[in-house]
Amino acid sequence: MTALTDDTLPTSPRAMRDEMIAFVVMALLLASVPFTGVYPFFVMQALCFALLACAFNLLIGYGGLLSFGHAMFMGTAGYCSGHALKVWGLPPELGILVGIAAAFVLSLVTGYISIRRQGIYFSMITLALSQLLYFIYLQAPFTHGEDGIQGIPQGHLIGVFDLSKPTILYYVVLVGFLAGFLLIYRIINSPFGEVLKSIRENEPRAISLGYRTDQYKFLAFVLSGTLAGFAGALKVFVAQNASLTDVHWSMSGEVVLMTLVGGLGTIFGPVVGAFVIIAMQQYLAGFGQWVTVIQGSIFVICVLTFRRGLVGEVAHYFRRSL
Amino acid sequence: MQALYAQLLVGLINGSFYALLSLGLAVIFGMLNIINFAHGALYMMGAFVAYFLLNLGGVNYWWALLLAPIIVGIFGMILERTMLQWLTGLDHLYGLLLTFGIALIVQGVFQNYFGSSGLPYAIPDQLKGGMNLGFMFLPVYRGWVVIFSLVVCLATWFLIEKTRLGAYLRAATENPTLVRAFGINVPRMITLTYGLGVGLAALAGVLSAPINQVRPLMGADLIIVVFAVVVIGGMGSIMGSIITGFALGVIEGLTKYFYPEASNTVVFVLMVVVLLVKPTGLTGRAA
Repeated sequence: MTALTDDTLPTSPRAMRDEMIAFVVMALLLASVPFTGVYPFFVMQALCFALLACAFNLLIGYGGLLSFGHAMFMGTAGYCSGHALKVWGLPPELGILVGIAAAFVLSLVTGYISIRRQGIYFSMITLALSQLLYFIYLQAPFTHGEDGIQGIPQGHLIGVFDLSKPTILYYVVLVGFLAGFLLIYRIINSPFGEVLKSIRENEPRAISLGYRTDQYKFLAFVLSGTLAGFAGALKVFVAQNASLTDVHWSMSGEVVLMTLVGGLGTIFGPVVGAFVIIAMQQYLAGFGQWVTVIQGSIFVICVLTFRRGLVGEVAHYFRRSL
Repeated sequence: MQALYAQLLVGLINGSFYALLSLGLAVIFGMLNIINFAHGALYMMGAFVAYFLLNLGGVNYWWALLLAPIIVGIFGMILERTMLQWLTGLDHLYGLLLTFGIALIVQGVFQNYFGSSGLPYAIPDQLKGGMNLGFMFLPVYRGWVVIFSLVVCLATWFLIEKTRLGAYLRAATENPTLVRAFGINVPRMITLTYGLGVGLAALAGVLSAPINQVRPLMGADLIIVVFAVVVIGGMGSIMGSIITGFALGVIEGLTKYFYPEASNTVVFVLMVVVLLVKPTGLTGRAA
């Protein structure tokens, strides 16, 4: 069986340098957005999805586990943060923590259930679990069903930063995204990350070397789900609502698409993919259902001809790790 | 009591669709090692083909029952020849992603032309009306769906488990290279298998058209339930898929009667319970 990614080498000092340069360039580009006149709401939305896609990529790109229900973490964190901010009146920092905690608990439970089966069964189970959660949220009173939680107050972060000002909110979201991104980068390059990659490449061999692979996969699942929850909690401040669309299977599919377009198992791929897909949705919004058709076509084209994704192809061409 | 029997019947009908769809998924998975995410979309296509045949070509229900699976089956075989066959040797997950993309395309195209509302499809004259069974009133068409699905499921089981063609098929599932060495055209068998699995989905679509109306998204949510059914039953055994499909339909029907709030979620909850108690599924081998 061919592996999902061909980046199997441990990170060399040169690769580390390339990645640090790329990270600084990305951070500077993103930090200069408010001065360029680009619509900040669009970039903030893309950043939230980029973090979600990076979290998803941690699981598939480095653990070889395709979760088809990652929207459930984002949606759950969104609902819980939104509820905490609006109904309990908590300040933003605690609201974010509530969302992350909810996603953490959810990933403990769903991870425990889904990690019991491998390969495509794992994908089907995560999809089914997210659909289960979708129906629960549809009926639960605190989510307000079809309407969702509307008009969530943004408030002042640690009592100082007024999140209703777009520029301040933008930098808060950016810092959140960069922190999450660096954490994922750290995880990938830790001894834990190396074991995870070895499990992806050859699980029986990892077992024979004495690793309890199930525990590693479970931990990767929990980390990924919790980080996805962080993305969901940030998104609440951008969108100021939490709704059923964030838990729907089509959202999980979009996350998969973003990562696939950018490059599975590449560090920057999910970020590029998220920006490409969100921009596409923005510009093609007038075409109605054709957007779905185009997304489906991108899936097909990527799988058939373009499996490394945008960043993966570039990295492969220059023989660099990105 | 009337309501209980009515829900049981609805459960049996849903169970027929679960059985037909999970059977097709299992057959396709056995040969192609692909989980066909497009199964729900092809089920929907079956219903739409029947609708077109009736409204554009004046072809009645009985012919649609034969023609729609063939037309959709040919469409499926074209998909297999042009796209799916290139995935042999790659990770399973790519098959899932590719067929998910195909599902989005097919559903998107139909949604674009037909919106999200349902199109009516009349019950054929011969199956109109109902019978009084003494303890309940049975609409003839609904009884027909259950019995016909059961017959088709058992016929498929017979084809795969008891005939020479089925033996080739099972052998090719175990070891395609060896079967090829005996001079059997395995790639053609793979194509035909995909056509068969897809045809079963289209047949379920035609059967459901008079009951559930013809909608572009009729298969989208159904396929997720069928995935849960497949996880519960395991894909190792044909008979297992059939029995699990019908059984889960009945359980869902009973839930609708006793605790309607949970009727949407009961299959997923059962999946969780099965995974906790017996992670390999009820009949399946370890994956």
